[in-house]
Amino acid sequence: MTFVMSAPLVEFRNVSFAYEEEIVLRDVSLTVARGQVVAIMGGSGSGKTTLLKLIGGQIRPDSGEVLVDGENVGNLGERDLYRLRRKLGMLFQFGALFTDLSVFDNVAFPLRERTNLPESMIRDLVLMKLQAVGLRGAARLMPAELSGGMARRVALARAIALDPRVMLYDEPFTGLDPISLATTGKLIRELNDALGTASIVVTHDVAESLALVDYIYFLADGVVVAQGSPDEVRASEHPFVRQFINAEPDGPVPFHKPAAPYAADLGLEAANG
Amino acid sequence: MVNVLVNLFSRIGAPLTRGIVKLGFACRFFIAILRHSPVSLVRFRLTMREIWFAGVLSVLIIVVSGLFVGMVLALQGYETLVRFGASSSLGVLVALSLVRELGPVVGALLFASRAGSAITAEIGLMKATEQLAAMEMMAVNPVARVVAPRFWGGVISMPLLAAMFSAMGIFGGYLIGVQLLGLDEGSFWSQMQAAVDFRLDVMNGVIKSAFFGVAVSLIAVFEGYDAPPTAEGVSGATTRTVVTSALVILALDFVLTAFMFRGV
Ligand SMILES: Nc1ncnc2c1ncn2[C@@H]1O[C@H](COP(=O)(O)OP(=O)(O)O)[C@@H](O)[C@H]1O
Ligand SMILES: [Mg+2]
Repeated sequence: MTFVMSAPLVEFRNVSFAYEEEIVLRDVSLTVARGQVVAIMGGSGSGKTTLLKLIGGQIRPDSGEVLVDGENVGNLGERDLYRLRRKLGMLFQFGALFTDLSVFDNVAFPLRERTNLPESMIRDLVLMKLQAVGLRGAARLMPAELSGGMARRVALARAIALDPRVMLYDEPFTGLDPISLATTGKLIRELNDALGTASIVVTHDVAESLALVDYIYFLADGVVVAQGSPDEVRASEHPFVRQFINAEPDGPVPFHKPAAPYAADLGLEAANG
Repeated sequence: MVNVLVNLFSRIGAPLTRGIVKLGFACRFFIAILRHSPVSLVRFRLTMREIWFAGVLSVLIIVVSGLFVGMVLALQGYETLVRFGASSSLGVLVALSLVRELGPVVGALLFASRAGSAITAEIGLMKATEQLAAMEMMAVNPVARVVAPRFWGGVISMPLLAAMFSAMGIFGGYLIGVQLLGLDEGSFWSQMQAAVDFRLDVMNGVIKSAFFGVAVSLIAVFEGYDAPPTAEGVSGATTRTVVTSALVILALDFVLTAFMFRGV
């Protein structure tokens, strides 16, 4: 499938962000074009979720610009922000299904809230979206009756209900069994190509991502430390990338959290001296 | 010495400023709810659902408590009244106590612990499981869709529940006074009818319960929305809803009663 490489759908220009005193993102730049699936990889607490929240405008950058479909998210008022979010679909880490609504009503939720379609058409659309994730048979179930993998697929159906132009996935593979994991990965790729969206997948699952995505950014301590296509990443000599894809416990990311000398903490120094 | 003083001041000051900051947030939240209320009133089904959960499901505890409070009032009141030979005024005593004071206050306390805590827990859990964030990302405002209907559901339910509490209490007083203690049924009801003023007694009670409804509902939705998104955060917020509501109800009750006091 070929797409005209026009202006990127999502672009970060030297974005920095801090929660009160804690700096989470530092001078991050990245671009995601239409038709692309891009992975953001990094350890826990490296600022991946924060990055997705910046795209959705739930938080605003301290400096730099976040552009979504050409619009600067940080400058939008509430009304424009809500209009922009209609172009976004987000899959939350554990699905975030509405626990008091059935699977059908969950997928129908954005359609009922954001469109004026008649109920008969909403029904058809919901069943189509559920069919796309293979769960049309689960329409009458409640979220509590679903397994983790199924819940995430329902959430995926809900996220694509309004045919978004940009899909955001927050750790879509975490806590899934190998089969659900492969299914989810396949769905992400298929939906992206079928809908012509741009997808951003935040993850620390290396094997699945390398097979799935077009481009990868490595995030460590809020900085993009490395980037490249899957082939470039596999061939990379970058120490952080090597540690990450080979799952080595020690490297640029230290095993030990910085602390006072061990002996001093145990009080041995004093005993000797 | 100076250190001790500084410590003392900061220990008193820190919770105080935290409390004031939180109060400020609650006020802004209240304004946000009012601003986003049209949705819950236009799509009244959303609010109806919350009236069901907060109001209708609280009816049983309200009715049973009201009945017992009324029966106890009648037993206690009879003891005192009979000493002054005024036992035929038992109906008046029961009705006035309930309509002016106990219906709104005890009703609100029960409402806070039955429905307020449930609202806080529900909203807190929705936040902890990212349901509110998901809603925001779907371009649906959670204050309009989740918070405002629950707020209005509570505000509408509270006066109705207080009225039910009072009605059941009066019925309880009738059971004890007339059926058990053998007072004259005619004078029980007619004295009550003559002595209870609609505007000064009944309406003032309704005004009280409306204030309590706003206070309890606001505390419940605010604590839920403000809860740290963790299990401990939600359980702490639920407790705070009940405790804060109780204190606010009693404080508000004093202020309102002082304003309504006639001095006769
Ligand atoms: N609401 C918040 N307030 C303060 N700090 C936060 C908040 N959310 C996240 N953080 C901090 O920001 C850092 C990055 O968080 P996050 O983006 O969630 O990381 P990731 O998704 O990569 O695990 C973490 O150190 C976290 O503690
Ligand atoms: Mg995260």
